[in-house]
Amino acid sequence: MSGRERSLDALDRAILEATQAGLPIVPEPYKAIAEHVGASEVEVLARLQAMLDRGVVRRIGFAPNHYKLGLTCNGMTVWDVDDDKVDALGEIVGVLDFVTHCYRRPRHLPDWPYNLFAMAHGRTRAEVLDKRARILELLGAACRSSDILFSTEILKKTGMRLARRAREEASCSD
Amino acid sequence: MIDETDRRIVNTLQDGFPLASRPFAIKARELGIDENDLISRVARLRASGVVTRFGPFLNAENFGGGFCLCAMSVPQDKWATAVDLVNAQPEVAHNYRREHRLNMWFVLAVEDRDEIAGVARRIETATGLAVLLFPKEREYFLDMRVSA
Repeated sequence: MSGRERSLDALDRAILEATQAGLPIVPEPYKAIAEHVGASEVEVLARLQAMLDRGVVRRIGFAPNHYKLGLTCNGMTVWDVDDDKVDALGEIVGVLDFVTHCYRRPRHLPDWPYNLFAMAHGRTRAEVLDKRARILELLGAACRSSDILFSTEILKKTGMRLARRAREEASCSD
Repeated sequence: MIDETDRRIVNTLQDGFPLASRPFAIKARELGIDENDLISRVARLRASGVVTRFGPFLNAENFGGGFCLCAMSVPQDKWATAVDLVNAQPEVAHNYRREHRLNMWFVLAVEDRDEIAGVARRIETATGLAVLLFPKEREYFLDMRVSA
């Protein structure tokens, strides 16, 4: 039995499936979802609150398109940091206000020596390069090499989609 | 173009949307505009693509699922085909072109974390290109919000 069966029942799934393309943009959006899934509005609100409390839902809100807000520069900065120092330094880099996410990930040697990833956004490349320089100062001698990968195009941005049962079964029989 | 009110809406609604019968009315009051104005502005921001998603954001790790950052090195002559093949996978949550030899970076989001390797293999078979996996080993801080 997998974790999702333990924590998402049929009504949870139905609510998430009904909202994953977006909340209805109407005065009473949860009532519209309730009608769609055949539950009461009170129950839909309670289920969503419970999923927020369990962390199944991280938050309810907007994901903006950075490009359309003028943050046309997005640089994924990557760093080769000493293994015994990467966690302490990652915590410091992660709280910088211009870093939206910061992770430790595996290296792929010899081509990819970088184990620390920090995403920086800005209005110009110069602004993002300045942010990279500030991260470098913090990392100091613990960093052996680094690179920056500017994004040039969003190819897809839909977020996570729950699989329909039918498709899941089809893909299992592939 | 978006105006100052739109920017305030984007900033406020990144932080959260109320779980209540009339959530737009609550947020409209906070923003000092009326409910109908907020609803029509949200619809416009969504339609114009300034807002790419509006609703619950799932954390798959808390129900058995998982995410994995992946990268591919796609030759120019295979680019368009590879974009179509990768984007066609429902598990691909987002995909970015980046300036590097590894020029395509996408995130797989799956409901069962054991599926990641299989989806990556499916993409390798479809495209004929290697997929490098960069699973998160540790997350230091996550604040997806940006200031509009």
